[in-house]
Amino acid sequence: MLNFARYKNNALMKILVCISHVPDTTSKINFSADQKEFSSAGIQFVINPYDEIALTRALELSEASAGTVTVINVGDATTEATLRKALAIGATDAVRIDAAPRDAYFTAVQIANYAKDQSFDLILTGRESIDYNGAQLCGMLGELLSMPSVSVCKKLDLNGNDATLEREIEGGKEILTCSLPMCISASEGMAEPRIPNMRGIMGARSKPLNVVAAVAADELSKVQSYDKPKPRGQVKLIEAEKATELIDLLHNEAKVI
Amino acid sequence: MSVLIYLEHENNSLKKSTLEAISYAYAMNGGKDIFGVCPGNTDSSLATVAGKHGLSKMYKATNVNSFNAESHSAMVSEAAAKCAAKTIVIPASFSGKGIAPRVAIKLKAGYVDSVVALPDTSNGFTVRTGAYSGKAFADVSLLSETKVLSVAANVFSAKENAVNCEVEEFSIADSALNNRVLIKESIKAEGKISLPEAELVVSAGRGMKGPENWGMIEELASLLGAATACSKPVSDADWRPHSEHVGQTGIAISPNLYIAIGISGAIQHLAGVSSSKVIVVINKDPEAPFFKAADYGIVGDAFEVLPKLIDAVKKFKGA
Ligand SMILES: Cc1cc2nc3c(=O)[nH]c(=O)nc-3n(C[C@H](O)[C@H](O)[C@H](O)COP(=O)(O)OP(=O)(O)OC[C@H]3O[C@@H](n4cnc5c(N)ncnc54)[C@H](O)[C@@H]3O)c2cc1C
Ligand SMILES: Nc1ncnc2c1ncn2[C@@H]1O[C@H](COP(=O)(O)O)[C@@H](O)[C@H]1O
Repeated sequence: MLNFARYKNNALMKILVCISHVPDTTSKINFSADQKEFSSAGIQFVINPYDEIALTRALELSEASAGTVTVINVGDATTEATLRKALAIGATDAVRIDAAPRDAYFTAVQIANYAKDQSFDLILTGRESIDYNGAQLCGMLGELLSMPSVSVCKKLDLNGNDATLEREIEGGKEILTCSLPMCISASEGMAEPRIPNMRGIMGARSKPLNVVAAVAADELSKVQSYDKPKPRGQVKLIEAEKATELIDLLHNEAKVI
Repeated sequence: MSVLIYLEHENNSLKKSTLEAISYAYAMNGGKDIFGVCPGNTDSSLATVAGKHGLSKMYKATNVNSFNAESHSAMVSEAAAKCAAKTIVIPASFSGKGIAPRVAIKLKAGYVDSVVALPDTSNGFTVRTGAYSGKAFADVSLLSETKVLSVAANVFSAKENAVNCEVEEFSIADSALNNRVLIKESIKAEGKISLPEAELVVSAGRGMKGPENWGMIEELASLLGAATACSKPVSDADWRPHSEHVGQTGIAISPNLYIAIGISGAIQHLAGVSSSKVIVVINKDPEAPFFKAADYGIVGDAFEVLPKLIDAVKKFKGA
């Protein structure tokens, strides 16, 4: 259960950052012949860009309060390089839950199970992973752990136990406050991602990376197959001098204006 | 089997993405048993508009007000119990995407985010969604009895299917009314078209040289009734706000028309915009990769082409 006394003493802030291991953004995506699986041949994996933002903000906040930042990933042993990178950036320790992440629900059940008796003050995820793009984990963790959740935050500040957040909404933003503990998904603007330095990389080797067994979870969804968008036809070029023709084409041919 | 839609409203009218979600649910369920739930003691005109788009019944949660993910997800799951909904349809707006995962957990439902097609029920229940940030699609089966879907903006147009919409008021349990997340301020740019929902988008990149040159971009956008967007380096340099950044690490959009000016067409940029229906590229470099992903292209200097386009749109709109 929550230990409220800890806040009164203004003691250590404990933050959990969920790290997803994704193909580098420059990757060309390919699938197995039966279209059922992603082909990872030749793919470089990285920390999901939004998770890097979340991690950096977590480090800034914990440095201000002398707290700890734990990074967690649900994945097989191949994701350890990604967790080591998070340690090199500055995380205190890492946890890998040893299972292939079937879907967001499975991942959420694993992380909630790990977090439930650890009294984290703050759980951060990225706004979405750039592979599954589900944007699901933050809300699922909030619900499973009975914590408030705020998605797509561009700012996060703490004053003791009170968070002030800026959430993106259509055409604007909302400024919110909430008392900890809570779950937040991070978007651009919350921090400028840090790059690990040599000392960080050396130090990361000796930081704890604990492997934890997975718990059972129902299978609620299953990817049947993947495919790629159809390429567009040949581009129709319009001479720069005749730029006005574009408007005719958009109106009469493409019928979009 | 009933379907329940999360209805979002603003300034006393239902949002466009909500009308699209009603149309999606209507098509999915063959026009039968289309329920909706809406926060607040809203004006009766909302139910009239919802009925016009095919909603048969609206539940009004009179004790639920401003948005927070906990109380709005509780509201949806209580309404789902009232109408025994087996499918929950949620607009993939910022708030919709904030509550959908919580609703899924409450109802032990599988959830697919930002679907782009109606479910295929020929063998189970399979829906199509984007994956790898616009670089691919995935067909995902939901195996649970109850299902939650969020519907991508601008993929299904709102259609009229007039029915009489009944209204029932209810209150959610006090214990579900969260009061921990408080809205201090809501800041909205007046008269701006919101980018994720926009049908037309004018976007510009580093080729525009500096923020002082965005006047032309804004003028073209406002003449067309389009939203403005930008590439990542442009928002990184604070020439434009982050909320305009489109691409793999920004917003993914699928407008009817995307006009890209002075943007090279990097793989990360294309990922977020390639599902636009028509793409126009204006770039002075004929080798710019974006031309390969475009329907129409102008090879030329933006500073010369834009004034011509602005004039042409003025004439077109005046005509
Ligand atoms: C992890 C990661 C994530 C990323 N995510 C994104 C993302 O989500 N979205 C995104 O946009 N980028 C993203 N990027 C950046 C991406 O790789 C490109 O660097 C970026 O898209 C380039 O922006 P640009 O096209 O505006 O600028 P540039 O690549 O510099 O292109 C400028 C273009 O303008 C043209 N030009 C110059 N002058 C004129 C003129 N007078 N008239 C007409 N044309 C002119 C040039 O020919 C050139 O093609 C990401 C990069 C990384 C590493
Ligand atoms: N396998 C995973 N392990 C740990 N965290 C994850 C995993 N997958 C996703 N996440 C987190 O959840 C966020 C949203 O992911 P998604 O719901 O897949 O879009 C990511 O930005 C990560 O912070």
